[in-house]
Amino acid sequence: MALDWQVFCQDTIDRTPVRGCFGTGGLKGTQTYLDWLLQAWGQTVLVSALSLVVALLVGAIIGTIRTLPDSPWLSRIGNWWVELFRNIPLLVQIFLWYHVVPALIPAVADVPKLALVVAGLGLFTSARIAEQVRAGIQALPRGQRYAGMALGFTTPQYYRYVLLPMAFRIIIPPLTSEAMNIFKNSSVAFAVSITELTFYAQQVGEETAHGIEVYLAVTFLYVISAFAINRIMAFIEKRARVPGFVASTGGGH
Amino acid sequence: MKKKFLLAAALAALALGAQAQANDTIAKVKAAGKVVMGTRESSAPLAYTLGNNQYTGYHVELCQRILKSVFPGTPIEYVAVTSANRIPLVQNGTVDIECGSTTNNEARQKDVAFALTTYVTEVRTAVKAESKINSVADLNGKTVATTTGTTSVALLRKNKRAQGIQFKEVYGKDHADSFLLLESGRADAFVMDDNILAGLIAASSNPKAYKIVGETLNVEPIAIMIRKDDPKFKAAVDDYIRKAMKDGEIKMLYDKWFMKPIPPKNVPVGLSMGKILSELVAHPNDKPAEDFNKQ
Repeated sequence: MALDWQVFCQDTIDRTPVRGCFGTGGLKGTQTYLDWLLQAWGQTVLVSALSLVVALLVGAIIGTIRTLPDSPWLSRIGNWWVELFRNIPLLVQIFLWYHVVPALIPAVADVPKLALVVAGLGLFTSARIAEQVRAGIQALPRGQRYAGMALGFTTPQYYRYVLLPMAFRIIIPPLTSEAMNIFKNSSVAFAVSITELTFYAQQVGEETAHGIEVYLAVTFLYVISAFAINRIMAFIEKRARVPGFVASTGGGH
Repeated sequence: MKKKFLLAAALAALALGAQAQANDTIAKVKAAGKVVMGTRESSAPLAYTLGNNQYTGYHVELCQRILKSVFPGTPIEYVAVTSANRIPLVQNGTVDIECGSTTNNEARQKDVAFALTTYVTEVRTAVKAESKINSVADLNGKTVATTTGTTSVALLRKNKRAQGIQFKEVYGKDHADSFLLLESGRADAFVMDDNILAGLIAASSNPKAYKIVGETLNVEPIAIMIRKDDPKFKAAVDDYIRKAMKDGEIKMLYDKWFMKPIPPKNVPVGLSMGKILSELVAHPNDKPAEDFNKQ
């Protein structure tokens, strides 16, 4: 069958072709399906990027406190956190944040839905990142911790200067997967009315009856986004590599 | 070579024969000894299933009455169709008459034919009972819910641009989800087909807490669908509907399915006949949706 890409140049209301494919915008101006597609892509990138920041920050903290030697309660809280967030399906978590939390805590009702989705997606992924951070720290030989202690470092100091710099280098490859996953998982945001790419695919596919073209375009943007993350992380991995360190020698100890 | 030609001729003759038969439903039904009704599984109260291959609803009952009169004594076979396959199935002869919730529009009239319009959905607005919203203009500055993948989304955009009003849209992933947005206060209004709104309100925990308000944003004539270019069958179906509209049978059926309690929950939909449908009962026609929405 023939694909009709002209559909992206049409105005979203009267379906007439717009010259140059981009509408004039504004309240009374024209908007093409291409304009809308790029907006939807922007929403996907926004949700994913913010969620990734939340996931990395919270994941690093939770993963670290799970390995603390003399704080059983902190480790326990960390374990509960991970089990709580990874034992509930992501879509259910998003609904909990959107429908249930505001009903239980009235103050949350005024929080924008974007923030709720970012919290949902970010905390879900934070549990997975915490698990990787813990694995990275525990993969280091015990002697490194002892060496830090022998130098007279306090616990925060030897984590900061000895353990974490090595652990994070080890876990860059799985973190790459998580960062790419967050992009793909951001598609659940459509369920709570974030107008991102999956929402766009469903709505515009139905409106224009050109579902195949619309899904192909959306798939292409997801692939580009995930692959861009992949390249950025590969770059970071390359730049952060220290010759002779665990990460670059395959974890030999 | 000659053999090939003969084969081609035979195939052509077969195709022509099938074509002729396919476009004469009355002859086809007589030959097959049964009539196949395509219907929907969850388009209550127009057409829906009660389980066990049992179908019922306003359009299903109307079709049963039509078929009983056009083909007395012929058994009816039921086939569940979906929005995506109903037109191909009518075209290829799997289904003789489709009694569901199909909108009669110009695009579809290229592929199939429609009987006289027997139901009309109007896109309107559901709000909470204490709400002060009474028209589209009142939506200025409010949050409006609708369902992803429906024509109402485009409709809202259109009104927004035409009237220059500002409102925030939220989208439920299905009708129940959109209604939840209204129920939980995330949206001030829910714009959708009136029968869907009425059904959701009737099934909600407190039906009195909601009302349907405002002008009609869009009109969709819903009709029984039959094969194209089959004037004999269309005339038979239309004649029955015309007679039913005249002698009050349609009003009785409407009352039964929209005003009185219906299975399986025995809750009424509670949607009285709109102005446009009342007008159609008095003066039946089979015009497509485009004719209803000219401005």
